[in-house]
Amino acid sequence: MGKHTFSIGGVHPHDSKISRGCAIEPLPLAPVVYISVAQHIGAPSVPCVQVGDKVKVGQVIAEPGGFVSAFIHSSVSGTVKSIGPRADLAGRPATHIEIEVEGDEWLEGIDTGDTLVTKIPEDNKAIIEKIRQGGVVGLGGATFPTHVKLSPPPGSKCERVIINGCECEPYLTSDFRTLLEKGEQVVVGAAILKQVMGNVPCTVAIEENKPEAIAHIKEVIARLGYEGIEVMPMKMRYPQGGEKQLIDAVMHRQVGSGALPISVGAVVQNVATALAVYDAVQKNKPIVDNSVTVTGECFPRQANLLVRVGTPLRYIVDYLGGVPADAAKIISGGPMMGRAVANLDAATVKGTGALLFLTAAQTRRAPESHCIRCGKCADACPMGLEPFLLNKLSRNMDLEALEANAAQDCIECGCCLYSCPAHIPLLDIIRQGKGAVLGAIRARAAAAKAAAEAAKNN
Amino acid sequence: MSNLIISPSPHIHSKDSTRSLMLDVIIALIPAVICSVVFYGWRELLVLGVSVASCVLLEWAVTKYWMKAPSTVGDLSAVITGILLALNLPYTTPWWVVFIGAVVAIGVAKLSFGGIGQNIWNPALVGRVFLLVSFPTYMTSWSAPQGLFGVDAVSGATPLGTIAEGLLQGSSVQELTSAYNYKDLLFANLGGSAGEVCALALLAGFVYLCCRKVIKPWITLSIFATVALTALVFNLADPSRFTGPLFNLLTGGLVLGACFMATDYVTSPMSLWGGVIFGVGIGFLTMMIRYFGSYPEGVSFAILIMNSVVPLLNRWFHQPKFGRK
Amino acid sequence: MVKTILLTVAVITALGLLLALVLYLVAQKFKVEEDPRIDEVEKAMPGANCGGCGFAGCRAFAESAVKAPNLDNHFCPVGGNEVMAQVAAILGYELKAKAPEVAVVRCNGTCEARPRTSDYDGMASCAVKAALYTGDTGCAFGCLGCGDCAAACQFGALTMDPVTGLPVVDEEKCTACGACVKACPKKIIELRPKGPRGMKVFVSCVNKDKGPVARKACANACIGCNICAKTCTHEAITVEGNLAYIDASKCKLCRECEAMCPTGAIHGVNFPKALDKEAIKERIKARQNG
Repeated sequence: MGKHTFSIGGVHPHDSKISRGCAIEPLPLAPVVYISVAQHIGAPSVPCVQVGDKVKVGQVIAEPGGFVSAFIHSSVSGTVKSIGPRADLAGRPATHIEIEVEGDEWLEGIDTGDTLVTKIPEDNKAIIEKIRQGGVVGLGGATFPTHVKLSPPPGSKCERVIINGCECEPYLTSDFRTLLEKGEQVVVGAAILKQVMGNVPCTVAIEENKPEAIAHIKEVIARLGYEGIEVMPMKMRYPQGGEKQLIDAVMHRQVGSGALPISVGAVVQNVATALAVYDAVQKNKPIVDNSVTVTGECFPRQANLLVRVGTPLRYIVDYLGGVPADAAKIISGGPMMGRAVANLDAATVKGTGALLFLTAAQTRRAPESHCIRCGKCADACPMGLEPFLLNKLSRNMDLEALEANAAQDCIECGCCLYSCPAHIPLLDIIRQGKGAVLGAIRARAAAAKAAAEAAKNN
Repeated sequence: MSNLIISPSPHIHSKDSTRSLMLDVIIALIPAVICSVVFYGWRELLVLGVSVASCVLLEWAVTKYWMKAPSTVGDLSAVITGILLALNLPYTTPWWVVFIGAVVAIGVAKLSFGGIGQNIWNPALVGRVFLLVSFPTYMTSWSAPQGLFGVDAVSGATPLGTIAEGLLQGSSVQELTSAYNYKDLLFANLGGSAGEVCALALLAGFVYLCCRKVIKPWITLSIFATVALTALVFNLADPSRFTGPLFNLLTGGLVLGACFMATDYVTSPMSLWGGVIFGVGIGFLTMMIRYFGSYPEGVSFAILIMNSVVPLLNRWFHQPKFGRK
Repeated sequence: MVKTILLTVAVITALGLLLALVLYLVAQKFKVEEDPRIDEVEKAMPGANCGGCGFAGCRAFAESAVKAPNLDNHFCPVGGNEVMAQVAAILGYELKAKAPEVAVVRCNGTCEARPRTSDYDGMASCAVKAALYTGDTGCAFGCLGCGDCAAACQFGALTMDPVTGLPVVDEEKCTACGACVKACPKKIIELRPKGPRGMKVFVSCVNKDKGPVARKACANACIGCNICAKTCTHEAITVEGNLAYIDASKCKLCRECEAMCPTGAIHGVNFPKALDKEAIKERIKARQNG
């Protein structure tokens, strides 16, 4: 037990899963929701409703803006009030569809019942199309459209599907609760993914600080009688749930720089995504809600809520008693990779997994001092990079050296900044360097492509 | 409600700070400090006091009035330099010599390079070597331990010094080392600078630092291994000229140097293999200086020489990167 | 004794000569043929290596200038016309004189006028701040106040004013190299013609939000009200996307727009006299009435 983990770096923050005992409860409907058309990686979706239209729950309100894009469905029934820019949680304007809620009428054909449907359709193409129609995106944080991930480029072969139930970020418990309460659905979702990828073996990876979930999923797999799906208990370590780290931990294969997981034969899907796949394929239910952990030592009312997409953050917080007086920072997501909320009027998106309240004492950064060359950042980096070096190179924007030292491989997990005893804002500055290197690499690729085209034409 | 804090991720931080790491090193040095005070008495306490006080005071004064930078006294690194310098000096050293050592350590070796994190050489060692070269009389007349509150000591030489001298006079190593008992070396009963005297106390500190993950053991272990191996080879080749492994491990401040000076963050390499080569270099140079050099003890020089190579080692040896084999 | 000394001298001399010969041969072998004019041009340059000309440094500029067919794409903003005249003389090119420019900060959202809406706790860098957030005020366009521009300036011409939180340009020191323009992630800083005796009028705001939104975020914001454009008799002002812009080449420095601006977003600088708003308003009224 607990032997499996990734091979380089990592840190051990206190897991602080204080909301682990809170069952998922549905949040009452907000009076108005604001659904963003840019809540996934890739092209923003294009609204296909007009102001004044009546919509039902599950109705498509925006269509994909490209191959790497996703359908967006109304999460409520009501009237479209406006379509226009609205600030997201960082204050950036993005197109949102505002819907005034009237009742809770679901679109015909969506099965809202609780009965477990275990019979999986046979046509894999149809399954992938259903996943696409359901607007399913990776709910582990990256929100990459799932149907794209399930359509590997020709020539690559999937050898294992990994269901990511690590939830290695401190505080977060929504995946844990999902595993406990909707374990059957998650397992059926895993079975669907397994079948789509060519009946390859499937591993459900769960960190050992969630023994109830490990036991429950093992029991469910046995009860439902699936072959080739196994539970793998993982040693507790951050960032275990990072895609590359998890593949390393489960399959002992390292995904190369700039390569996709499929290059080593792996497809990783989050627990919540597996549930969304189940909903989309077996129940015709697109993503209209997701579970959100609301937590923090200073937050009196811990909860795991089932929240409709587009619910204003302020509505969620007010429902649970408002922002506590000593909360200094609100984070959407976990404390290591989540984003600080600058604007509580922003609405949730499909990928919103948590709202975390931290006090100033917990989160305020200490003043920066000199690097003492202790190397703790390099020990912590799960990609084997040397943040102290990248820090210097990024400050000078030495792109050549940054690329030679693999700044582009940074996964922005935050281990370096977390562990730096001199409190140097390593990740802040490395992100800049990484961005510049990726820009240079893309520019080079584009130039090479253009040159090749030109050569072909001549 | 006041404005919410916003910042890029991550939003939490480990409990480590420069000060907490330095505090761990100080805690690790406490057994050795207690040992040396118990064995050498109040004069050792004076050397320690003068050394630490002048290091801290100098760091505070220079950063404040000369560099006009925020003071770095709070990170406790000057305290460590002070303790290490004191442990590198004989307890009979006059206070003003200790003070000069502190000036060189903090002023020249550390702050003139820009302060903590910027220096190339270990400050305490630079101070020590400066004193060794400038005031050889005070620095080489070691005295046998007299115990707490003991009267003035009788001057003598350290074990390595005695042997070097004895060899010049034609005695063989076996005759000379027979006077020493390894139990004495381990438990501090011989002449030497304060830090050389109780290997066990120093090793306890080293184990503490490794357990707290403040330092990684590979530099220290590779020094020990290299010294032992080199000594073994030479000792087997000519036992009458060259001292043996155990004797070399336990004398001449090797334990102090390997555990606390060579592992200084700022002046040691960061990568595993860089550290190993660094340690091997120190061990080998130490033995070469001891066997063939004019100073009976070579650890300080060996560490300083290898300190100079650290930037190169950092450039040549990197961490293994994920997915790039 | 004498013999020893002589021998030493002889050996050292011989060694010195031998090494000198080796050095000479090596230098010959690795000698790089270069256009001597490169050195001359480089000598004429200010030597700041600021990159304001778009080249990596003064040497790179010189190398490129020597090869170029004319000096159209080569201008040293630091040395200005004076240095370019020298360079042109060395290379035998004709020179088109360029009007001297200076950096202008187009944000006047002081701490007082533009209240903070959140408390930024990340690295003190505008680039980092801009990458993740629109800023810590209600204005998504304005100065972030971390001083990336001041850090980029090699001439000490930009300083951050601790009271307003905005950068201040020292026009004496500014060489219009453009380093600050590149450093600013919000593109607030503009190089504008210096103007007669430094006098110029510009819109000190880049907020493109609609009037009420902009006004709510910052009391000094341009609200795109068009009053300035209507007032201007020289067609120097255009309003695009709720934001006014003054074309320096058309502006006659009459300061009427400045007097009429309801939020004080239009700034006139280096004028010998303070702006008498009432007198100008009277004047405009008289003109409009007849």
